[in-house]
Formats: sequence, C-alpha cells, structure tokens
Amino acid sequence: MIQELDPVRRADVDRASRLAAERVVERARRERLEDVMVATVDSPVGTLLVAATPRGVVRVAFPEEPEEAVLEELAADLSPRVLADPRGMDAVRRQFEEYFRGRRRRFETRVDWSLAPSGFSRRVLEQTARIPYGTVSTYGEMAKRAGSPRAARAAGNALHDNPVPIVVPCHRVVPASGGVGRYGGSEWRKEWLLRLEGWLQG
Amino acid sequence: MSPPPFARFLEEHRAQVYRFLLAAVGPHDADDCFQETFLAALRAYPRVREDSNLRAWVLTIATRKVIDHERARARRPVPVERLPHWSAPESPDGEPEVWRAVRSLPPRQRAAILQRYVLDLPYADIARTLGCSQEAARASAYEGRRKLREMLSPDGSPKATGGAR
Repeated sequence: MIQELDPVRRADVDRASRLAAERVVERARRERLEDVMVATVDSPVGTLLVAATPRGVVRVAFPEEPEEAVLEELAADLSPRVLADPRGMDAVRRQFEEYFRGRRRRFETRVDWSLAPSGFSRRVLEQTARIPYGTVSTYGEMAKRAGSPRAARAAGNALHDNPVPIVVPCHRVVPASGGVGRYGGSEWRKEWLLRLEGWLQG
Repeated sequence: MSPPPFARFLEEHRAQVYRFLLAAVGPHDADDCFQETFLAALRAYPRVREDSNLRAWVLTIATRKVIDHERARARRPVPVERLPHWSAPESPDGEPEVWRAVRSLPPRQRAAILQRYVLDLPYADIARTLGCSQEAARASAYEGRRKLREMLSPDGSPKATGGAR
C-alpha cells in the first residue's frame, strides 16, 4: 500500500458510478445492444419481475422466484446481454399498472414465446392468450382448441409453466369440476386476478 | 457457457472501473471513458467465457480507453479556454495535488499503480490488462510509485510512509 494514494482509495464513487451505469444502459438501448431488458413492477399481487426482448415480453416472474435466479435463467436461455432498464420498459410497466387499477382489459404488448415449450404446450398458451378479460375457460376446452381433446391434464401443466403469466392470462383457465384450480403463481393470486376482472365476486 | 447477466457484471464492477478512470483521466472525462468501456464490454460480452476473469477483462478495456483517450488528447489542438481546467481540475475531495500527480504519470505507469495500489490487483492481472510481462508490470508500478513520491514531496526527498512495498 502507498499512503499517497489514500485519497483515491477513499473517494466515494458509488453515486457517480451508478449514474454513469444508468447512462451506459441508455446508450445500450439507443444502440440496440440490449438483448433482454428487465424491470420490476409493483402490484397488489407482489413485485413482479418483467423481462422483454425486442420481440416482446418474454418472462413475468412472481416474487417467490429470486431475481438473481431469473436473470441467470434469461442469460443462459436467451443471451447474457441482460440489462436492468426500467426506462426502456416504461410502456410495458404502464400497461401492468393500468391492468392492476382495473383500467386495462388487454395487453397491447407483443409476446416473445422463446421460453415457452414448442408443440402442444405452446398451442395451449396461444389459445389461452385469446380468452377475453373477465371470462374463463376450462383445461379440457384449452386442450381441445390446442388439438388434443383428451389432454386436459397436459394443458394444465402447460399453463402451470406459463413463462408470461398475466400477459398470457392462464388465470382464466379453471377446472370444469368447479373452483379456480392450480396456478403457477400461487392460488391466492389466481383468485385475486379473477376477482379484479369481476369473474369472482366479493 | 455464458457469462453472468450483464446487469450483474455492471453492478459488480462499476465502482472499481469508475474509481480507476476518475484517477486516470479526471472527473471531466471519466464518464465518457466509462461509457466507452462498458459499451465495448457489452458488444463483446456474448463471446466471453463463463470462467473468464471478468474484473481483469473489464480493466483491460478501461486501460485501453485511457491510452486511446491520451492519444486523442495529445493530437487535439488545445483550446485556450480549456487549459485552466486541465491544469487545475476539480477533484472529488480536498486533495487535488494527489489526483493531479497521478494524472501526470505516463498512461501505463498510471494504470499500473492504480490497479496495484487502489484496486489491489495481483501483478499477474495487471500484466494482462497492460498486455506485458509480470516483470514489466512491476517495473511500471515501481517507476510510477517513485515519480509519485517525488512529485508529492516538494523537496524531492522520499516521504516516510509505513507499509510501502
């Protein structure tokens, strides 16, 4: 160690480097170097982590999933160029906020299906994306529309693993036998969303 | 295998890279060099191996940006109204003579002493960031340290410091 350099060692660079890092993100966005941008959205069902690629929203994670783990997954499965970019996600975040205030009935944002399995599961999710706000359908019906009428259970599994819940409204699929059924993001959230949309009362 | 998410890489290394650049090029240009460093890193990022030494890697890029910056500055005709800024730059704390002395060192010596004595990098890493042998990295740090001491003790006698190595 040399004492002469103590002022350099001691200088507080936290704030300056944070601002500089934010400008890096701004420029990365303008120069289209971001392969995946992520931001958090506060909501009545907890803080959501939302990720998008230039093709659309690719992932929505509930708070039970650690942020670090979700970022690792995005880096491994899509691209390591994952940036935290709340400003870049403004339009998407606004849509979530409007939805949770009951002022938005459908998401205008596109969906990037990269993290959804292909084949039957993907077809189930695509059909689910068409279920209108405030209405529900059944696992059996989704299986049928996806081309395999007897695969209600498989349809349920596909919906349970939905990478983009809320945007692709898997909460609108319920068992034919009654009740709200399973939900990847805990059943209380499914009930909460169905109540928000007016399908469940009280 | 891919490196960690860039968001984490940026968060982990931003303070060190900023500190290095602040001392190497001053508050006026540290920001520009910081942007250039991390944008270059972002462009190359998908090709980085998971097990790379990312800290040494990003400081290599930053060192290159400092050297580029010095060359560009040397080529640029100096506008008269900017001279006072360079000769008496604002400093982040109350000891401008230290920051000024560091910045007056040749770029490689400057990078070597900052990486050794401010960022605590081992000579093996400094050799990598400077693209030279470990002996040459040591020599640069030694030379930089000697000049720094000379500059900071006006009578030319080496300052007595504890723990110098």
